[in-house]
Amino acid sequence: MSVLLEDLFQIAPVFLNVGAAVFGDSLREAGYEVVYVDWSPPAGGDARIADLLDDLL
Amino acid sequence: MGLKERINAANAEAFRRIVAADPVLVDVAPASEVIPGMRDRLILHSGPPVTWDRMCGAQRGAAIGMCLFEGWAADPVEAEQMLRSGEISLEPNHHHSSVGPMAGTISSNMWVWVVENKAFGNRAFCRQVESFQQFGDHSSSAIAQLARWRDVWGPALRAAVRKMGGIPLKQLVARALLMGDEMHNRVVASSSLFANAVAPVLVDCGLPKEQVVDTLYYAGNHPFLFLGISMAAAKASVDPARGVEASTVVTAMARNGTDFGIQVSGLDGEWFTAPAPRVEGLLLPGWKEEDAGLDMGDSAITETVGWGGFVIGGAPGILNFTGGTAEQALAFSREMRSISVGRSPDYLIPALNFEGSAVGIDIRKVVQTNTLPVIDTAIAHKEPGHGIIGGGIVRPPLECFTKALTRFGERSSEWSEGPLSGRTATSIPSS
Repeated sequence: MSVLLEDLFQIAPVFLNVGAAVFGDSLREAGYEVVYVDWSPPAGGDARIADLLDDLL
Repeated sequence: MGLKERINAANAEAFRRIVAADPVLVDVAPASEVIPGMRDRLILHSGPPVTWDRMCGAQRGAAIGMCLFEGWAADPVEAEQMLRSGEISLEPNHHHSSVGPMAGTISSNMWVWVVENKAFGNRAFCRQVESFQQFGDHSSSAIAQLARWRDVWGPALRAAVRKMGGIPLKQLVARALLMGDEMHNRVVASSSLFANAVAPVLVDCGLPKEQVVDTLYYAGNHPFLFLGISMAAAKASVDPARGVEASTVVTAMARNGTDFGIQVSGLDGEWFTAPAPRVEGLLLPGWKEEDAGLDMGDSAITETVGWGGFVIGGAPGILNFTGGTAEQALAFSREMRSISVGRSPDYLIPALNFEGSAVGIDIRKVVQTNTLPVIDTAIAHKEPGHGIIGGGIVRPPLECFTKALTRFGERSSEWSEGPLSGRTATSIPSS
């Protein structure tokens, strides 16, 4: 495991940017690789609908 | 079986019915002959139910046009009085197994395409597509086009379609998708395939030469000819998926220029509406954004079966009508997979390695991902009296889907235990 950890710090990190894409912009400008995941809270953040989805999906 | 498993099974059944559809164009006929519940002094319109006082300008203009076409009124002023007083009834096409483009108006003497779904035995109907009256233009020249469809083109095409014993549409649509059509606003290939199919038969129907030549010219040069047929085919294909208990699959998306409405299989008969959105796109020269009316038409029935915006990635030619880039169009088609039950085994997208189109919009997935169906559409003027002014891309309001999901939640206890029953198990034959 320690070897793997050492390897991990030898390579450039890849960032996962979930939700607001703007958070990845500065990392990208600094030269890092950013993988964007398009996500937003279900039903635009409506907690009642989110609870309903838990029951139905 | 738990509720989630029950919903998934119901959606699989709704999906099976949609992809098993076998639409065949069997006739072209006056609405009074074929549309269930059609009667005198009735105008069918696109979208969910709407009253005259809430009706948008373009749909009002089209309704006035139908009063003139039917001879119920001598002029637009009298027509408006009749409509305002309630002397003329207004009902949605979807309540009569029908669909109509843009304002979607159908009355007794309007001829319609008749498509039968041979897999299930149901029929659906759609009027012809043109660029004037259906957008609210009620001028004498616009009404004259309707009269030519009634008196010349419709009867001639009826003779040819009947002589052919019907025209199977599944193969024709599948081929057109490989030729760059998306079956909504890009139907150039399918219109040509249709014209090629009927031409040799039409000349052998014993009709007057002038009528044959006129109809051949009409069929061979109308870039939106097939849209009326594809809409009827889509309606005939999706209707057997109505009323599947516990299914969250969308069975209709329709707009009247005032409201956007959806219907859901397990909530059959109910509409879930929200204000119609504005269409983002391109306007014809001379028109400005403030001229545009809101989203209108039953033509989103094509997206409901996985055509239109769902296969737009394979139809880049449409982008000079709607705007956008080929990359965006491909992204739309990929995106639609995330809100659908499955992929069509027959309707393929060549630009996406011949993968099947996404079919069976699941309201749960729409709400969970905030991903709304993509619809390509034409744009009408906000006031009566104008023809087409543009085209673009639109998405339904999320509110339609959250309302439907809320209603589904209210009724879910009905489906949480016991075997599936009713139409799901008995009235629709397997295929």
